[in-house]
Amino acid sequence: MTVADPSQAVARAQVGAGDLFFGFLKVGISGFGGVMPFARRMLVEERGWLSEREFTEVLSLSQFLPGPNIINVSIIVGKRFRGPLGALIASVGLMLMPFLIVLAIAALYGRFASLDAVRGGTAAVSSAATGLIIAMGLKMARPLAGSAWPLLIAALGFIALGLLRVPLLWALLVLAPLSVAIAWRTRR
Amino acid sequence: MIPPVLIELVEQFGLLSFLAIGGVNALIPEIHRRVVDVYQWMSNAEFAQAFAISQASPGPNMLIVSVIGWKVYGFLGALVATLAICAPSSVLTFAIAHVWDRFRDAPLRAAIQRGLAPVTVGLVLASGYVLARTADETLPAYAITAATAALALITRVHPLWFLITAAALGAFGVA
Repeated sequence: MTVADPSQAVARAQVGAGDLFFGFLKVGISGFGGVMPFARRMLVEERGWLSEREFTEVLSLSQFLPGPNIINVSIIVGKRFRGPLGALIASVGLMLMPFLIVLAIAALYGRFASLDAVRGGTAAVSSAATGLIIAMGLKMARPLAGSAWPLLIAALGFIALGLLRVPLLWALLVLAPLSVAIAWRTRR
Repeated sequence: MIPPVLIELVEQFGLLSFLAIGGVNALIPEIHRRVVDVYQWMSNAEFAQAFAISQASPGPNMLIVSVIGWKVYGFLGALVATLAICAPSSVLTFAIAHVWDRFRDAPLRAAIQRGLAPVTVGLVLASGYVLARTADETLPAYAITAATAALALITRVHPLWFLITAAALGAFGVA
């Protein structure tokens, strides 16, 4: 990432701090329930800051590391163009508007929660959003179906966290090394 | 004097930041366990409301943390909780982005990625289960969850439409 790449879509000097801030600001307010598709559109298609391949690499690194994936993307991209300050500016640009909007909604909700329509509407949104998360989990499970062990690991994670309510740290300390070890043994 | 509850927010979400493999949606069971069961900052119903509010807002799906912080200690609580969940993992990402590309073709890197994927799937599905148990109290509520999950799986409808439809159904007392 520190080595110059001739295939790089845009020269580093062309992307300033303001570009980073407003580029990610727009991504932040674009999507509901996850903004990654909008990040891809901005970075690859609209601004050409990353090539398709570079975006995939940045995304896979972001998913591998802990933390909100999209924030990790903003950190890596901001760092690439403008160093530590760029990482800070890109991530603040990303988070600023969603943070203010969600607090505005929370304040409005507190004000009008006594209305039946507001309570009923919010509860139903919560139910639907739960359905979206279940669908996301099942979609992510599809590519694992080729062999048995990934499904077994996923099932163990579900049982430990969902049914038994084991603390996450303990579940991860057991499951992550186990799963990586199996992946290592079965590598092609 | 810093209010103790702010320090607790930093401790709780700062640690969770490092455990958020697969994003914050995978963290829901653990956040619920700490916030509702251990610290009792909110009730089950309030947790479900916080989740709904965070989903009704544009942006990254970690905003439930901001709403929890807001509930616990107002604007300052929201700011502190949000920074606590974002900053540790961001610093780690910044540090690792530096060295990661050198290991682009390392087999261990591939094994780590392939190994963590099923763990994440298990965590996300556990999140769905815990949320359903938290948010859904009536039969129509379970029906909305099931219908949304099924339609999101088999169609390519924008997710926002499910939330809007559900909001309308709930507001008119259907669900």
